[in-house]
Amino acid sequence: MRSADLGRFARRSLTAYRSRTLLIVLAMSIGVAAVLVLTSLGEGARAYVRNKLVSLGTNLLVIIPGRVESFGGGGGMMSGRTPRDLTLDDALALRRIRGVKHVVPINVVSGEVWWNGLRRDVPVIGSTDELPHLWGLHLAQGQFLPPQDPRRATPVCVIGWRVREELFGARSPLGEMVRIGDRRFRVTGILVRQGQLLGLDIDNLAIIPVASAQALFDLHSLLRIALEVNASEDVPFAKEEARRILRERHEGEEDVTLITEDAVASTADRILVALTLALGGIASISLAVAGILIMNVMLIAVSQRRSEIGLLKAIGASAGQIRAIFLAEAAMLSGAGGIAGTLLGQIGCWAIRRIYPELPAFTPVWAAVAALALALVTGIAFTILPARNAARLDPAMALARR
Amino acid sequence: MIHLSEIHRAFRVGDDEVRALRNVSLDIAPGEYVSVMGPSGSGKSTLLNIIGLLDRPSSGLYRLDGEDVTALTPDRAAQVRREKIGFVFQFFHLVPRLTAAENVELPLMLAGTPVAERAPIVGRLLQEFGIAPRARHRPDQLSGGERQRVAIARAMVMHPAAILADEPTGNLDQTTGKEVLHLLEDLNTRGVALILVTHDPELGGRARRQVRMIDGEIHSDTGARP
Repeated sequence: MRSADLGRFARRSLTAYRSRTLLIVLAMSIGVAAVLVLTSLGEGARAYVRNKLVSLGTNLLVIIPGRVESFGGGGGMMSGRTPRDLTLDDALALRRIRGVKHVVPINVVSGEVWWNGLRRDVPVIGSTDELPHLWGLHLAQGQFLPPQDPRRATPVCVIGWRVREELFGARSPLGEMVRIGDRRFRVTGILVRQGQLLGLDIDNLAIIPVASAQALFDLHSLLRIALEVNASEDVPFAKEEARRILRERHEGEEDVTLITEDAVASTADRILVALTLALGGIASISLAVAGILIMNVMLIAVSQRRSEIGLLKAIGASAGQIRAIFLAEAAMLSGAGGIAGTLLGQIGCWAIRRIYPELPAFTPVWAAVAALALALVTGIAFTILPARNAARLDPAMALARR
Repeated sequence: MIHLSEIHRAFRVGDDEVRALRNVSLDIAPGEYVSVMGPSGSGKSTLLNIIGLLDRPSSGLYRLDGEDVTALTPDRAAQVRREKIGFVFQFFHLVPRLTAAENVELPLMLAGTPVAERAPIVGRLLQEFGIAPRARHRPDQLSGGERQRVAIARAMVMHPAAILADEPTGNLDQTTGKEVLHLLEDLNTRGVALILVTHDPELGGRARRQVRMIDGEIHSDTGARP
């Protein structure tokens, strides 16, 4: 029997038993669509989280004072020594590392901003002109801190959107003098309203030069130093160099902790890949259900078509040909279901993207291929038994019974 | 051509053993016209199934064209059926979703004959049996007589040596039945062996050789050679 004939013969029986065909194609397509939509959701979530992490900067290296031990309790405390300060000079020393784009010293202290008898409690950030690059800050009006030697305590400040609302109302704060702690600062810029970043409310803070912050609040150590390198490949080198430089400056003591963001990102990525696979796996259960439906319908088809099978045998069909006829029908049914399901799944993903624009729910190619292949395999696998029953029918019996 | 010797066929129905054929020996020469008659349950359909390789004897020997076909594998039996035997049934057994032409074409399709070769063969047969105008009709659009003629065309498409017809007129009115029988007899005159199973003595009486069966045994055989 030629394969073109096999295909035509199978197609004829699919069009002849229309409701049976539609039912199976529907079940199969729902299964395939479920796999596609759920894996796309997983992939979308992964892309979403990755985007968020990248916006923090995967090219980032953060140095905090004190050695964080993963076990054994705070080593410094146990040995009776307090960790050395992480100073502004330490930060300046890190500037000479190759591939480093920005070195940003950061202090965060809670303080008060006064203007014209009005007061607002805000976190006061001490940093440099490079902070906007690091945090992706944008100015609504005016200018950020001036580019200058970080050791200079210029009395200027930048305030968040809400601080400006609360203290100045409709008036322009640019050039006004506000009081932070017991010093006066000239407002040079206002930040764009942008909400939370790393648990910090960007709309409700004041930024002053790091040297001013240290003088104002009598600080000796930085909260952290953030290093941004040119490319993520530079991170390991910068990390080792920073470790070496700080060890030298701290008399051979390794008393800082270096954190890279890509470790966080890759862990999150792994978790979300596992989640995607789990979602796909759960969705494949619906494919198995579709497979069982195919088996049922095929078993019914075999008993309904007993006399036809008997006839085919009488006119010379081999057992293999009978099996092939039923398997070809199953392959066509599940193939059609797979294609319909792919379309349905894409419509579903499109709808998700419309409803949640933040979630890039696109079907990964591997999932599309796997869902289609799984549909075919399930359809054929669950037809093996009915097809074998058909092939084993006794032709004399099948023809005798009407 | 057909050589049956000491064929037995027993079925098990529940606890009882039903002996459908007992010690049947029968030789049929190429081109012979044999009718097999007998009351229902006498074993004539079982005999036809065994000759047509749709069933296997419980014991005995069956040679077809000199080949021992008593215990062929199912696939080899299918091949022999395809090449040497044409079946005509009481209930026509046409595939309902296929047209008349496609039903006639089925054995060629199963045999893997190229599409280009099939069309002329099928066309000629449809012409010959007077059903060419109905070639594109499905069985439910055909009359009983037309259906049986399509079935006979299908039986003839592989040029079989023998046609096995099991009550071919049983589902037709008298006139149509006669026509169908004439058609089969016509094929016989052209050299195809015709084995006709019927319970109707009038139809069976037309055959040159008549085999009568009772209780699974051959009761009489007008053409038996000593």
